[in-house]
Amino acid sequence: MFKKIAIAAVAALTLSGGAAMAAGAEGHVENVDFSFQGPFGSFDQNQLQRGLQVYTEVCAACHGLRYVPLRTLADEGGPHLPEDQVRAYASQFEIFDPELDDFRPRVETDPFPMSNLENAPDLSLMAKARAGFHGPYGTGINQLFKGIGGPEYIYSLLMGYTGEEKTEAGVTLYENTAFPGGWIAMAPPLFEDQLEFADGHSNSMESVAEDVSAFLMWTAEPKMMARKQTGLVAVIFLSVLTVLLYLTNKRIWMPVKRKEKNV
Amino acid sequence: MAGIPHDHYEPKSGGEKWLHSRLPILGLIYDTIMIPTPKNLNWMWIWGIVLTFCLAMQIVTGIILVMHYTPHVDFAFASVEHIMRNVNGGHMLRYLHQNGASLFFVAVYLHIFRGLYYGSYKAPREITWIIGMLIYLLMMATAFMGYVLPWGQMSFWGATVITGLFGAIPFIGDALQTWLLGGPAVDNATLNRFFSLHYLLPFVIAALVAVHIWAFHTTGNNNPTGVEVRRTSKEDAQKDTLPFWPYFVMKDLFALSLILVIFFAIVGFMPNYLGHPDNYIEANPLVTPSHIVPEWYFLPFYAILRAFTADVWVVMFANWITGGLIDAKFFGVLAMFGAIAVMALAPWLDTSRVRSGRYRPMFKWWFALLCVDFVVLAWVGAMPAEEPYATISLIASAYWFAYFLVILPLLGVIEKPQAAPATIEDDFKAHYGASSGAPAE
Repeated sequence: MFKKIAIAAVAALTLSGGAAMAAGAEGHVENVDFSFQGPFGSFDQNQLQRGLQVYTEVCAACHGLRYVPLRTLADEGGPHLPEDQVRAYASQFEIFDPELDDFRPRVETDPFPMSNLENAPDLSLMAKARAGFHGPYGTGINQLFKGIGGPEYIYSLLMGYTGEEKTEAGVTLYENTAFPGGWIAMAPPLFEDQLEFADGHSNSMESVAEDVSAFLMWTAEPKMMARKQTGLVAVIFLSVLTVLLYLTNKRIWMPVKRKEKNV
Repeated sequence: MAGIPHDHYEPKSGGEKWLHSRLPILGLIYDTIMIPTPKNLNWMWIWGIVLTFCLAMQIVTGIILVMHYTPHVDFAFASVEHIMRNVNGGHMLRYLHQNGASLFFVAVYLHIFRGLYYGSYKAPREITWIIGMLIYLLMMATAFMGYVLPWGQMSFWGATVITGLFGAIPFIGDALQTWLLGGPAVDNATLNRFFSLHYLLPFVIAALVAVHIWAFHTTGNNNPTGVEVRRTSKEDAQKDTLPFWPYFVMKDLFALSLILVIFFAIVGFMPNYLGHPDNYIEANPLVTPSHIVPEWYFLPFYAILRAFTADVWVVMFANWITGGLIDAKFFGVLAMFGAIAVMALAPWLDTSRVRSGRYRPMFKWWFALLCVDFVVLAWVGAMPAEEPYATISLIASAYWFAYFLVILPLLGVIEKPQAAPATIEDDFKAHYGASSGAPAE
């Protein structure tokens, strides 16, 4: 009996762990099927490169990525850009160098620029700093199946503008179905056919929003591919070890139990 | 108590004799590893090894993390991102450490509830139980302070709320809180002392674990029947026990390995599931998160803390009788620490002569309800402080106290226990057939 209670209790406790994310008035978050979801999912390199382009041409006007080193754009398991492209990309941003006492173009070892606007949050970790899914009943069990929902939240926010506006204390607010509270200070950043991709990929709003959400997941969790790889190897090796230990344990206890012979 | 009779270490070679007469360390290791262990232990007796592993893993990963972490309000958050992005294997180390805390608490709760069901806290194991409770308290302190170190929003506001509890103590509260924080609010001084203590306390825990093991190696392990190992002679004791090595070492390692498969799956595939998204936002004293929640392993006691609001009659009564000294906030603090205190007092609150819950027909149901109660408390602890959660948490908190203060003392009087087997050997034979018993030579 105790075994059953224990199993049920642990299951319930661990599952309710996600309940920590339960919060008050939340917006509507769309579930998106990203390529990097699930134990075997991986980043789509082309999507990350398109996302970088969206970020650079749209988001970077106000937002920053202060924790992301530019050199990681060349990393495998990320956008995996050629090094000369990374160098060229980095050099378009300036940074103040205290040693030169002057500005100089950024190099690969520098991070992305910080946010330009006071009220535009840094986006480095945004995909991990938001939870799209909570329920049911605040238990967080949904997250086991859909993921925590950070990139989905970003996607839904970008797609969630209704077109309504209002002005409050001199600030224009835009109605957004994903934003908690329903009104956001950021003007709608995306519109149809806004940019052209070199690979000719669809530039519909949905597609662009997905691309930049995937890119921001990468900036938040750049080692995701390495992590899943390590996890998989660990699970496989430990499973083999578990089987061996099971057989060893059974063999050791057999003479003590002698169940098979007597029953 | 002289311990269970068994063969002791005998130095054989000249070198061993030389060492043994100067430092009997091999004898200590031999007697610890070969300790006679009840042979009927079930799978709930594996959590000790899991906990020992957790402590070791947390210390090892923690020491490496410290090499890259900067305990300063301006750099702490960035240094954690540095670990996640630039340090070789840093993301893995950090996720192991972060989720290791969760595994630690899963194991400790199962370990504690195992003890509560099989009466492991009862005489003569009260000291083991009390030391265990001290370890648990230190674990909570360590985990709490560790959660502050990444200096995210939940770190900061969690620290503000929890240290605020000390401010509720009458007369000395404010001074005590300021002294704990090193200033009027959570700031750099707080972060530094929490860092220092987060590094120190695990070693205190390690020392207490040694005492914990020492204590139950003196009394012997409890077992699912709650019947003591016969100590009348070495032969009798051998019928009830098997040496820890290799029988229980292999069993425990198998269980640990299986648990690690699940653990590494969580670390590898969903390392942030048990965390809070807000902690990926750098701490900002000017922005309060809409909903401040502690880590999951604190939720049951957090629910008890919040359950006793000013409109509950016990609180109003306490307030009136103490002339306003105990307000709702202080009552909540007392209730939270009281919830752990009553658990620590279980050896003296439980009046039943029978040790194991297996032979206590009424106790079983109340205990099952306590397990459900614990899960319910964890759930409402994560919910906003509003109806219906407020009422649920009040009922669940009341049951927690009722279990220890009313049900345990009463059950010993009114319950008619079933007969436990006379010896551990009988119990083992009942499971594995009549001719089972001594290991084949």
